[in-house]
Amino acid sequence: MSIRDKVIAIIAEQAVLAPSDVTEQSTLEDLGIDSLGLVESIFAIEEEFDISIPFNANDPSESDFDISNVGAIITGIEKLAAEKS
Amino acid sequence: MKRVVITGAGTINALGHSVPETLEAMREGRCGIGPLEFRDVDRLTIQIGGQVHGFEADGRFNRQQITLYDRFTQFTLTAAEEAISQAGLEFHGDMSARSGVVLGTAGGGVSTWDDNYRSVYEDGKNRVHPFVVPKLMNNAAASHVSMQYNLKGPSFTVSTACASSNHAMALAFQLVRSGAAPAMVTGGSESMLCFGGVKAWEGLRVMSKDACRPFSANRNGMVQGEGAGVFVFEEYEHARRRGAEILCEVIGFAMTSDASDIVMPSKQGAARAIAGALTDARINGDEVGYINAHGTGTAANDKTECAAVADVFGQHADELMISSTKSMHGHLIGGTGAVELLACIMALRDGVIAPTIGYEEPDPECALDVVPNVAREARVDVALSNAFAFGGLNAVLALRRV
Repeated sequence: MSIRDKVIAIIAEQAVLAPSDVTEQSTLEDLGIDSLGLVESIFAIEEEFDISIPFNANDPSESDFDISNVGAIITGIEKLAAEKS
Repeated sequence: MKRVVITGAGTINALGHSVPETLEAMREGRCGIGPLEFRDVDRLTIQIGGQVHGFEADGRFNRQQITLYDRFTQFTLTAAEEAISQAGLEFHGDMSARSGVVLGTAGGGVSTWDDNYRSVYEDGKNRVHPFVVPKLMNNAAASHVSMQYNLKGPSFTVSTACASSNHAMALAFQLVRSGAAPAMVTGGSESMLCFGGVKAWEGLRVMSKDACRPFSANRNGMVQGEGAGVFVFEEYEHARRRGAEILCEVIGFAMTSDASDIVMPSKQGAARAIAGALTDARINGDEVGYINAHGTGTAANDKTECAAVADVFGQHADELMISSTKSMHGHLIGGTGAVELLACIMALRDGVIAPTIGYEEPDPECALDVVPNVAREARVDVALSNAFAFGGLNAVLALRRV
């Protein structure tokens, strides 16, 4: 499974949707994921890839991590995973 | 001052997953204490407890709820559902705005602490699930009950060790009696039966390795239990107007502090709480037919409690019945008073006195009618429920048959 597919699978599980219903254009709001759901998704992604995501729940827009849509999250994860290896 | 009645009761504990199951077990003098089953139990000196079996969170709660509900919250919500559905109350408008939930717990999410400490200390992980804090906090159970049932009035959690539930119910009683709240959801829960929870208790060396035998001369300590008891306390006229079934009336309470020792009980502190409850309820001692004892099965508690009862009631101490149901369900610590209140309801409503099981040898220092081993039929008009906590904090409730 690619990083893209794994991230989509985690987000889909959080949103209680099929992975096919989650596209790179989807925003977390579109998917019905609230702030607690977001923090839980970030945790699940960190566990999956053994990385640390610079995400601050106090002010997500100030974080050095783009969560504006699923595609942006995937790009960010790919970058962190590449830096790790 | 308003009159306060109980219109709903719910529980889950080692004796049963509902009030009818629990009362049946108490009538039959069944023991819910047995071998503990959880990870690393072989490393414990104490391997028995009143554990809840056959309770699965899967199926009962959804995935999102399970990530937020520690076992003590799961127990609370299970008991609250039984109590509130029996009461038949729905909370909307003014009723919602003024009714609340006050619950007791000593440890809160103990197994959440335990699991996550294990993960970071033993397994060396550096990341924990984001909901660890909202899951383990002592008020989590009260908050989830308030969210589930739309209770928007005074809501909080009381933590006074083994008296937590009695203090919580006393405060709920005050809120309804004063007219501040038309109804309150109250009681308590505890879930300390995990490796770290029992290991901590082992340290005190007051735990029995074989059985809880309150008042028996050969008693050798307490046995822990787990579970929850939840009740609906409702203003009497409110309950009557809507034709609710009334289980019994709450007529008084008292709280005292020994102000003397962090673990040893005091006869004076206990006696002042018992006498205070009689005064608050405006009754004479000779009206009391049954006392649900704190009765932990430790050498210190049981003789001190019996001496306090003898002091307060004088001659009548030999006529009333006093039993400890901890012999059956174990000591639920912060939830214990709530489960034990069920024995008082059974005495008042059904005329059945729950026994003290495991009673083998009379102790001259506990020379009261402890209803040994077998339940008894008797008409009781007034019952008391005692709770005397570590730290010397005591709370006694008085209830009347209706």
